[in-house]
Amino acid sequence: MSMGEATPTPWDAQGNLEVLTFDLGDETFALEAVLVCEILDLLPCTAVPGADPLVGSVVNYRGKIIPIADLRRAFAMPQADATLDSRVVVIAIELAGETIQVGLRTDKVHEVTTLRRDASEAPPAVGMRWRRDYVRALVRRNQGVVVLPDLSAIFQVFAGDDAGASTLH
Amino acid sequence: MNGDPVAAFRVEAGELLDQVEQNLLDLGDRLDDRDLIDAVFRGLHTLKGSGAMFGFDALAGFTHHCETAFDRVRKGLAPLTAGLVEVILSAMDHMRALVEGAAPAEIGNAILARLQQAVTERAAPVAPAASGWRLRFRLPPEAMANGTNPLALLDELRGLGTCRVTALTDAIPPLADLVPTECHVGWEVELRGAIARDDIDDVFIFVMDDMELTVEPLAPATEAPVLPAATLPAAVVAAAPPADSAPVAAPPAETPTRTAKSGESVRVSAERLDELMDRVGELVIVQSRLSQLAHGHHAGAAGELALRSIAEEIERLASELRDTMMVLRMVPVASLFNRFRRLVHDLARETGKTIELTTDGETTEVDKTVIERLADPMIHLIRNACDHGVGTAEQRISVGKSPVGHIHLSAQQAGGEVRIAIRDDGRGLDRVRIRAKAEAQGLIQPGQAMSDHELFQLIFHPGFSTAAQITNLSGRGVGMDVVKRTIESLRGAIDIGSIDGQGSTITLRIPLTLAIIDGLLVRVGEGRYVIPLAAVEECLELSLEEDLRSRGRSFITLRDRLVPFLRLREMFETGTRPDPHQKIVVIATGAERVGLVVDQIIGSHQTVIKSMSPLHRRVATFSGATILGDGGVALILDVVQLVMAGQHQEARLRAAG
Repeated sequence: MSMGEATPTPWDAQGNLEVLTFDLGDETFALEAVLVCEILDLLPCTAVPGADPLVGSVVNYRGKIIPIADLRRAFAMPQADATLDSRVVVIAIELAGETIQVGLRTDKVHEVTTLRRDASEAPPAVGMRWRRDYVRALVRRNQGVVVLPDLSAIFQVFAGDDAGASTLH
Repeated sequence: MNGDPVAAFRVEAGELLDQVEQNLLDLGDRLDDRDLIDAVFRGLHTLKGSGAMFGFDALAGFTHHCETAFDRVRKGLAPLTAGLVEVILSAMDHMRALVEGAAPAEIGNAILARLQQAVTERAAPVAPAASGWRLRFRLPPEAMANGTNPLALLDELRGLGTCRVTALTDAIPPLADLVPTECHVGWEVELRGAIARDDIDDVFIFVMDDMELTVEPLAPATEAPVLPAATLPAAVVAAAPPADSAPVAAPPAETPTRTAKSGESVRVSAERLDELMDRVGELVIVQSRLSQLAHGHHAGAAGELALRSIAEEIERLASELRDTMMVLRMVPVASLFNRFRRLVHDLARETGKTIELTTDGETTEVDKTVIERLADPMIHLIRNACDHGVGTAEQRISVGKSPVGHIHLSAQQAGGEVRIAIRDDGRGLDRVRIRAKAEAQGLIQPGQAMSDHELFQLIFHPGFSTAAQITNLSGRGVGMDVVKRTIESLRGAIDIGSIDGQGSTITLRIPLTLAIIDGLLVRVGEGRYVIPLAAVEECLELSLEEDLRSRGRSFITLRDRLVPFLRLREMFETGTRPDPHQKIVVIATGAERVGLVVDQIIGSHQTVIKSMSPLHRRVATFSGATILGDGGVALILDVVQLVMAGQHQEARLRAAG
């Protein structure tokens, strides 16, 4: 996936976007509310040895095995232990033509709210700690900035069939 | 997906084509079987009809020609020749491509040319009806609402010969009374060429009952001067009245609508569905008993007893549901074997041999995913049998066999597995040549003593081929290793038997289903893992001294054989303290084995296999996951991968040491 081919943000005709906001480290992130399937309390995770640390574990979600993704890895944040507020947000995303469910680990889930396009900005070319193609937009809100991550770009590395399949050892 | 009529048509057309192909192959053997001829004609006819109905005009047009040819045969106007069957068979392939949506027209034209040739080859002088026909037809007003496309009918007529079409607009009502979805236009068509009356009737076969149609022969040799366009009645040029435009706006024939694969479907017998329904019904009843119990006030022993009886009931139902569900996924291997008749037929032609294919046990049932994955390896094995196994007629006669080669496919169920055997009556595997080749490649020591089984397993080695000459079909030394890998990924095994001069038999042993397996549940660090029980040879304790001794070399002596082992704790980087008494689970695929060191063996576990998320597709160590009784997840180890990893380790150590 080349840079600059970012997933467009689906603002509606009025320039609004309904999102779910949540905390991760010191940042507030937002995801399209339509992607969200369910918000769960922390479940017992099973580590998958040899998997990419971004999706290092799986859980039993209603009889399906779904991966748990830790976006801290993608945004180079230090690891942190779960707290009472920690939740898993189960979302459905489209990847290489199939819809897959992923649980996102979050420190705290806030609310479903509406973001305005007027308040959004493209990620700056310099001065960001993160990979620029992982961020679709930064949206100013009340007192602070909400990050709209580009999940397609983040999970893109897994989209290929088994190109570069790796085994342990 | 289910509601998409085009997808449904694709599925149906696929089945229809398969059926016609089977009939054609049968016809190849019995050229005068009337029933088969009729069956083929009916199949082609249905395909044409439903193709046109769903907008597959190219398909309908193409099929029409094949149908016409067969119709002549059916009516005794032309003899059925092997050549004709051959052409129609190749036409089937083109039709498949057309159904999928993309097929170059020139291929179709080439086939049609051959078809023409095959038909006229020995065609009895059939009276060409006349130099042409004049027909007038009028469709019932509701024809378009019922899905008839008048333009398609006209196109079909054009396919028969040169046409001059005049629209009859006299019946069009005044605009105020015009119902836009009704068809008010009639047509007069002058059709030139040697065309049988039946061909014309065929065009209208679906609408014949309600329409008005008059057909009269044109007087011979009245090659009417073609009128300049300007003098034609205006209606000839004017496309169609407005009434037509909406339903007729079909996509042009050549646009490949969608090449995506149509959704899979399985045919399930109604009886089995009923059975499933019964179980679900019982489940609903038990469920209501359970909620009654939950809301009621059965205190103490009575409530406990009632709860226990419900739990037992649910357990029974769950296992019955499981069995019923498994059976639903089963399809007979006949669907697999039938594909190979065409393959053998083509291969026989390519190699110039006469090969007869026989089958038995087609009713044996196998999980549908297994069937799909078996197709490729079996194609390979059958190619091998045709190419290397069965000799040419001369070779066969010279050793006193009948000139006709024989390949036999059989399937039978034995315990929890299905055995599919491919037997040929050729020379058999050449032990001397296999040995020589293996020695030349350094796979075995010269003069090394080997059992037949070990020797034959060598042919699965990548790059191994004993064929003296490479043909189009096989002999490149690729493939057998892929066959082996595919079968092992199905948790199956391959046995080879061979008798010199009498032929060889390759037997694929495949477990009945992939959805549920018996597993051995083990613990490594904090994680729990399932090892497929079928692959487990034995479990033993890794004694402390052996553990210490084996540091750095990872081999254990097992009944005088060195077995490499993998410490799963290290592989999985558990980061926990090892249990004091480590266990080794020895797993094997074929003759290769490897030990897995685990912390604890928990016990056997009925494992319902769940697939891993696509995000974990690259983690090859695990073939899936399962859900344990406590709701937790255990990963299922991929035995083939682990054995390969063990063998690599062995090879590395050998290279180093």
